[in-house]
Amino acid sequence: MTATTAEAPPPELRLPKRRGVELVLLVAAVLISVFGYVDVGLAKNGSAPADALSYGAGLGLLALLAHLAVHFRAPYADPLLLPIAVLLNGIGLVLIYRLDLETPGDQAAPTQLIWSTLGVALFIAVVVFLRDHRVLQRYAYLSVATALVLMIIPIFFPAVNGAKIWIRIAGFSIQPGEFAKILLAIFFAAYLAANRNALAYTGRKIWKLQLPTMRVFAPILAIWLISVGVLVMERDLGTSLLFFGLFVIMLYVATGRGSWIAIGMVLAAVGAAVVGTLEPHVRSRVEDWLHPFASIDAGEGASQLAQSLFAFGAGGMLGTGLGEGHSILIGFAAKSDFILATAGEELGLFGLTAIFMLYALLAARGYRAGLALRDPFGRLLAIGLASIIAIQVFVIAGGVMDLIPLTGMAMPFLAQGGSSLVTNWMIVALLIRISDSARAPHPGTVETGVIAPIVEDDES
Amino acid sequence: MIRYIRRAAGFCLLLLVALLLNATRVQVFDADSLDKNPANRRQTIARYDQPRGNILVDGKTVTGSKDTGEQLRYERTYNNGPLYAPVTGYASQTYGTTLIENAEDGILSGTDSMLSTVPLLNELTRAQQPGGNVSSTIQADMQKAAYNGLGSKKGAVAAIEPTTGKILALVSTPSYDPGLISGTDSSSTRAWTSLNSDVNQPMLNRAIRQVYAPGSTFKVVTAAGILDSGVATDINTPTDTPNPYTLPGTTYQLTNESASDQCKNATLLYAFEVSCNTVFAKLGVDVGLSGMVKTAEAFGFNDSGVKIPSGVAASNFDTKMSNDHLAQSCIGQYDTSATPLQMAMVAAAVANDGQIMYPHLVDKTTRSDRSTVSDTGTKNYRQAMNVTTATQLKTMMEAVVATGTGTNAAIEGATVGGKTGTAQNGIDNSGTPYAWFISYAQKSDSNTPAVAVAVVVEDASANRSDVSGGGNAAPIAKAVMEAALN
Repeated sequence: MTATTAEAPPPELRLPKRRGVELVLLVAAVLISVFGYVDVGLAKNGSAPADALSYGAGLGLLALLAHLAVHFRAPYADPLLLPIAVLLNGIGLVLIYRLDLETPGDQAAPTQLIWSTLGVALFIAVVVFLRDHRVLQRYAYLSVATALVLMIIPIFFPAVNGAKIWIRIAGFSIQPGEFAKILLAIFFAAYLAANRNALAYTGRKIWKLQLPTMRVFAPILAIWLISVGVLVMERDLGTSLLFFGLFVIMLYVATGRGSWIAIGMVLAAVGAAVVGTLEPHVRSRVEDWLHPFASIDAGEGASQLAQSLFAFGAGGMLGTGLGEGHSILIGFAAKSDFILATAGEELGLFGLTAIFMLYALLAARGYRAGLALRDPFGRLLAIGLASIIAIQVFVIAGGVMDLIPLTGMAMPFLAQGGSSLVTNWMIVALLIRISDSARAPHPGTVETGVIAPIVEDDES
Repeated sequence: MIRYIRRAAGFCLLLLVALLLNATRVQVFDADSLDKNPANRRQTIARYDQPRGNILVDGKTVTGSKDTGEQLRYERTYNNGPLYAPVTGYASQTYGTTLIENAEDGILSGTDSMLSTVPLLNELTRAQQPGGNVSSTIQADMQKAAYNGLGSKKGAVAAIEPTTGKILALVSTPSYDPGLISGTDSSSTRAWTSLNSDVNQPMLNRAIRQVYAPGSTFKVVTAAGILDSGVATDINTPTDTPNPYTLPGTTYQLTNESASDQCKNATLLYAFEVSCNTVFAKLGVDVGLSGMVKTAEAFGFNDSGVKIPSGVAASNFDTKMSNDHLAQSCIGQYDTSATPLQMAMVAAAVANDGQIMYPHLVDKTTRSDRSTVSDTGTKNYRQAMNVTTATQLKTMMEAVVATGTGTNAAIEGATVGGKTGTAQNGIDNSGTPYAWFISYAQKSDSNTPAVAVAVVVEDASANRSDVSGGGNAAPIAKAVMEAALN
């Protein structure tokens, strides 16, 4: 991770492509998933599932197609990204299949498999057709407009479990807010890349605090406030937390101004406290976080969070083994928001740590690609995408394990939920594209297009 | 910018560390308290994840387990539910456990640490042992004789081996099938509701949990008090007792069931044979409250701590009352009440020279590999009366069966002693009286008594003039004793 310089590296320093490594890791990822699948069958029925081979072949085929796309279209891409995504997706399918065995009337794995296929297809499409990530800069305003529309649409659809984040089309439930994550990251990256100096160095100085000029700062603030406001209206606390975190991290990376980001944090905390006291829905989440067993003491039985903690506790260090836990006791969200509890119970602290490490690696490789890039937009986009993964994992894993108040959100790749799965596959596709240009010897040049700086930078 | 990216990455690393530390907290440090939380169903699931150990009668199991394939996998079944319900109790996934199923639950469900052959291993691994078995002291043929004898009548039978305290039969009718309420399904719920709302209380264990006025059968206790205290010393000497007897401090005249009986100044033997109320009421008052309380308590009255291993309802003899109430109490009326098991212990005390052995229903518990976990063994309970008094009472009780009110219980080739009772029931005797019979039997060629039995029949459908201990209860006792002697 060397500091970037303005000049291109000499041509004779060809970086290794590492596609072979990727293939080996992919085989391992598929084998681990199939092993898990067989393990569930042995534990529950005493025999391997009849379709274990076809499951392995299907997952293997998806992985192979994705690999080929990377091989031909992004030969210098980071070799870890795709295998991690395949492995997490595979583990997710195994966990959902395992929970399906407890709910014969409600099968989620087949649907999840369809969404996985769609996710990989979109991954391939992005890798094949997006030749250079910098093209996305042109669509910054379109992205943000689309994101806002996507976030607002569900308001006109009925609420599900208290949150208005779904739209139903032809029997499929879609969470448009999931896709908005990527679009907002693109917008923020483009806008901040174009205006980062203006944001950092212009404007008034109050005492030691360098404030940004409102002219530059207002659009982002507005977008951010609108999106968070919409999400609060829709009771999608997890995503609003994610947007806030994403915004703060990208702003900090772009400007290096920690001081007023700290102020932003304080303001956000005040805002959260106000919302928490006024909004009963939020307050009950905080109450649950502080006293997860209050409902038991009140004689109302265990809450979902308490059931989730019971599952993690039952797992202990080594876990009960796949198929031998009782995380289904969590109830209706066991396959979605609380999927991690099944991992915790059946794979134990060891397995859970491994899963966290996979996410950490994924985010770390995203950051690494950002560091290696030369263009600020790509950098910020890589950081944004990697941060989306990291924050999502923290928010939901911390929520189901009583580290922070529980907010509904899908565990990337693991949880049941098509929109989330597809979105995360696209994030990985973008990271593949970015890491390819970070490591490729001759990155092409692309017109940045419409998004010009609002205030001319002193240094560019 | 690079510096800031690294800091942002560092922040993400902090988040990861927080997650890992928190996971360790929940999964390692809090795991134990989470497992023990009463709202955590995992222990329940684990409990039903293996077949439950069985309760044995004569070495044959009377229970079983069936694999339901549901979350609570194994459900209790009963091979002859209604017959053994007062012994086994029920083990329900919804309603918990009672009687042996409750008292020996640790053994049966496999959670008892004694089941582990390696000490402390169980504590470490928290693994469940296969359920152990519980051998009961019940004898199947006696149990069946008692159950068939009661038939459709409401009542109870308790039978004890006088020399050991083993409970050989424990029957309560009407009974129920505990298997009906084993599961978690709606049929269990329906069965539970209907059993609990049934006016005949099929789930009530009348043999150990219901007390009845013992009526004239209590005269065994009163006679022991009279002889032990020296109010009378010889059973063939006429007593000084009027007929009718005016209760002390009142104008109420106590009479006898049959006007033809020569109860005035009758000998104890005669009075016992024909069951004179006047003689025992008067002499009981002569013994006095403290003497009678002492005797009654020596037999086990007022003891609420008897466990067989399930708790037995305390039988009652008032410790504070006026003499007119004492007179009534001494003939098993007023507040005097007893469980059938208590009255079986009274008969057993006479048969075993005044020594009552501690009653018990569990012979031993074994692991799944047949090795013994614990043996109950024989324990003394109380010396109810002097040995000489016991000998005199044997003479009296055997006379009842030979020539008195209990001739229906006589058995060829065996010595049988008994006492009939017809207890008044309800306010001012408005209900149908209970028919009682308590007895013991000893083979003619044996030195030890084989069995002591108490039978109570509360038959609301009977014509009240036909209710008598000798008529309604003695034949049932006889059938049980015959089963014991064979």
